[in-house]
Amino acid sequence: MYSTLDISPEKIDHDQLYKEMGLTDEEFASIKTILGRSPNYTETGLFSVMWSEHCSYKNSKPLLKKFPTTAPHVLQGPGEGAGIIDIGDDKAIVFKIESHNHPSAIEPYQGAATGVGGILRDVFSMGARPIALLNSLRFGELTSERVKYLFREVVHGISGYGNCVGVPTVGGEVQFDDCYEGNPLVNAMCVGLIDQKDIQKGIATGIGNSVMYVGAPTGRDGIHGATFASEELSDESASKRPSVQVGDPFMEKLLIEACLEITQCDALVGMQDMGAAGLTSSASEMASKSGTGIEMIMDDVPQRERNMTPYELMLSESQERMLLIVEKGRESEIEAIVEKYDLRASTIGQVIDDQVLRLRFQDETVAEVPVDALAEEAPVYYQDSRQPDYYTAFQQQAPYHPHVEDAEEMIMTLLQQSTIASKEWVYDQYDTMVGTNTVVTPGSDAAVLRIRETNKAIAMTTDCNSRYIYLDPSVGGKIAVAEAARNIVCSGGKPLALTDCLNFGSPDIPENYWQMEKTVEGMSEACSSLTTPVISGNVSLYNGSNNQSIFPTPVVGMVGLIDDVQHITRQGFRQEGDAIYVLGDTAPEFGGSELQKVLEGTYFGTPPSLDMEVEQVRQTQLLEAIQSGYVSSAHDIAEGGLAVALAECLFDAEVGCDVRLEGEATTELFSESQSRFIVSVSPENKEHFEKVVSGARHIGVVTATETMSIQINKEQAISLATKDMKEAWREAIPCQLKSKD
Amino acid sequence: MYKVKVYVTLKEGVLDPQGKAIQQSLSSLSYQEVEEVRVGKYIELFVEPHEQLEERINKMCDELLANPVIEEYQYEIEEAVR
Amino acid sequence: MKFAVIVFPGSNCDRDMLYAITDALQEEAHFVWHSESDLSSYDAILLPGGFSYGDYLRSGAMSSTSPVMKAVKAEVGKGKPVLGVCNGFQILLEAGLLPGAMLPNENLSFICRNIPLRVERQDTMFTSAFDEKEAITLPIAHGDGNYFCDDATYQSLVDNNQIVFTYPSNPNGSVHDIAGICNEQGNVLGMMPHPERAVEALLGSTDGLKIFQSILTNWREAHVLNT
Repeated sequence: MYSTLDISPEKIDHDQLYKEMGLTDEEFASIKTILGRSPNYTETGLFSVMWSEHCSYKNSKPLLKKFPTTAPHVLQGPGEGAGIIDIGDDKAIVFKIESHNHPSAIEPYQGAATGVGGILRDVFSMGARPIALLNSLRFGELTSERVKYLFREVVHGISGYGNCVGVPTVGGEVQFDDCYEGNPLVNAMCVGLIDQKDIQKGIATGIGNSVMYVGAPTGRDGIHGATFASEELSDESASKRPSVQVGDPFMEKLLIEACLEITQCDALVGMQDMGAAGLTSSASEMASKSGTGIEMIMDDVPQRERNMTPYELMLSESQERMLLIVEKGRESEIEAIVEKYDLRASTIGQVIDDQVLRLRFQDETVAEVPVDALAEEAPVYYQDSRQPDYYTAFQQQAPYHPHVEDAEEMIMTLLQQSTIASKEWVYDQYDTMVGTNTVVTPGSDAAVLRIRETNKAIAMTTDCNSRYIYLDPSVGGKIAVAEAARNIVCSGGKPLALTDCLNFGSPDIPENYWQMEKTVEGMSEACSSLTTPVISGNVSLYNGSNNQSIFPTPVVGMVGLIDDVQHITRQGFRQEGDAIYVLGDTAPEFGGSELQKVLEGTYFGTPPSLDMEVEQVRQTQLLEAIQSGYVSSAHDIAEGGLAVALAECLFDAEVGCDVRLEGEATTELFSESQSRFIVSVSPENKEHFEKVVSGARHIGVVTATETMSIQINKEQAISLATKDMKEAWREAIPCQLKSKD
Repeated sequence: MYKVKVYVTLKEGVLDPQGKAIQQSLSSLSYQEVEEVRVGKYIELFVEPHEQLEERINKMCDELLANPVIEEYQYEIEEAVR
Repeated sequence: MKFAVIVFPGSNCDRDMLYAITDALQEEAHFVWHSESDLSSYDAILLPGGFSYGDYLRSGAMSSTSPVMKAVKAEVGKGKPVLGVCNGFQILLEAGLLPGAMLPNENLSFICRNIPLRVERQDTMFTSAFDEKEAITLPIAHGDGNYFCDDATYQSLVDNNQIVFTYPSNPNGSVHDIAGICNEQGNVLGMMPHPERAVEALLGSTDGLKIFQSILTNWREAHVLNT
């Protein structure tokens, strides 16, 4: 019965062929115990992809349990395609972020494009219409031709796919640091809107119900993609290029419309996309969740190439495919819907009572494996954790406190740092407006979309300053969550929940595992404090190249609710004569700062400290002031400190400011102390504002002079033309892309 | 079965930004001898034998495969086994 | 007034176009799938933007052969207003309802931003609500918006007054800064900028609404005269 086409179970065992698929000796032994026999080639393949880190989270599971995941407004936490939050009016927001780092390092255009495609499917498989995309990108410095190529092509890939499917790309961030040189990060987030009654789940209930396949036929592309994503990149990675899939956004667009129409048909029982580990993960996860099994006829799987084996069909990661469970006898209703879109729905199997995944091919059973063993019983590793020596040393260093001689020159330099500079070159290539809901387009703290049929809007952002996390993962993890929440609050929203993409190096290195542990602890504390639970996410390990791990980069994608579109607030100053306030205290904190990067070319010391209680109170007060209508603009102070944040506030309306500060100049201008905001308030609202926001410091006024003028201790320190600063800030990235090595 | 190789190219006088970009890249790779690059499309059709094969291919090109405002086409027909 | 919004496989501004009519203009609008062959019950026809057939082969090429395009041609012959935006413009070009063709943007990248635009003709059924040579702002969002025609065609566009919108600052390389043109009869307009994205103050601009208001006003006037 279990004879497979070519390689015998004995040979797999004896020649340790399972190792090539990424399984360890212990894992293979445990598979033999589960089955009570040796697995054949196909079965070994099923286990290897489902037990990869990418699918099983075997290294990160113990840590992920620490995240708070519930709150009254959470309708769906981790475990489904995406998380769901309640926004009232019987509507809900569905969102998730996912990495496509390794594919993008090898083939940046397709890697990024298929990353967008995959996250879209996670969201519309829940029955939600995707309404926004965001991207969090990390690259090496824009000095080498290779990095420029990766950067250009990743942006082209996102633009090519996102624009074509007609989902606006409304936000995200791009940062540059040497540690990402060989291993860029491409994290794509999708946000969807759904009527609560339409929420779908990936379940396979009802013995005898049909398993239907909708979308692109299966080819040999992407076989072992999940395993590939669970290994470190090396010089040999380029030869694994066949693992990279090619996306077809036109097919995806048809699939979105067809699946949303299917959602309205009650013949549908469950739906899941075929993402990592393809048909294997979608079938086994749906069955495992439902306490059922699935039998599939491999001969009936739509195929793009000839003579494909069950192994290839099950492991392929061809794009734009969905798996549906449909009430028996009602398959034709689904077929009728998809045919309208020139797609085909094929019945390829049925739900069975035995809790196994059984595969039939040419009238023979070619694999039979318990679904729980695939989906739930992957080994869990409690990795060794060790505090890195660099951390111990940094903690003992005397505080880093530089002194900047020429502050004007430094402001111009900071504005041209690729991480701070305008990302217009990037988002000009994204359709930010399709769908006609985008109120705040990229470039402000958070993107804002109004919700039709209501008076509400949602704010979305992605954030993560990995330099702080490298210096101190616990503090840095807290900052990542707090900063995302600040961005939401600045746009007038109440932070509701987050999705995270945990990008780390190899967990097999104890120092890396320690970073993961501490980061998750810090993030969890901030999530609890701000009542923003983690409702979905993704883990991407083994990021690094040439034995150098990336900085720990747990990207936070956050969504907040704006109760009334009147509350929507932007970062730019709007009106001459408005009073400028700074919220929060400034201390000499420069570890991991943009200033440190410019002056020292590296990062050391300790990151800025963060008191979650202060953070929470300040966010609440600012939001109250915004909701009361007292605030003209609000911007959080981040990379580059107050000076950079002030300059950014001038660019929208091309105004100026007259600001007076007291204290030590370098600290006042460039420190990256946390929990700080710049707010502008019209004269008639000053009194109200000061009552609501305790301790707001009145530092100056918005002027029509188009100059940023700053006095420190009553001496003129800065006088820079808005036009010059804006030009330097806007032109920096196009300039870096044009310059030759 | 016939294999029809259709080459669709931009007409003379129509600006080809892609070709221009490629020419510049080649030049920066020190292939200065490349004076001009024109980018076109290559389309393969596998066609059952038909009495008016050429006539029908001309029609396919005129109606869909090429846009006569900016493009011109030529093709080759060879026997093929599939 | 009853508008048809044609939906091709891959259209993605169809819903935006429908909302512009139903929510902003507050008139009746319906989606019409590309396989339909009769549009006689509609007063105006809108071809929305998007990536019909994935922009494969050439933008708009495959859609121009859809069954619904025969029906569009029939209604054009009756003098009904037909507006193609972005991919809709590309389809009108490929279908031969407007002269010229589209090439990739000069910088080879997709461009999405608000751009200034000049209304060259204020005496059409699509632009009567604008002032003479009015300067307006509309969003563009396209990869293939580089309009091309040969010199003879350009001369006939000029002679017949068919150039309706131009770019004061050309974003994509279009010949003679052309952003939108109409046919000789003046009842078919194709334009790359997106008026349906500029119909609400909340989203930044209402300049686009005037195009739909013009269509409505002219239809009402004709309708009153005829009855």
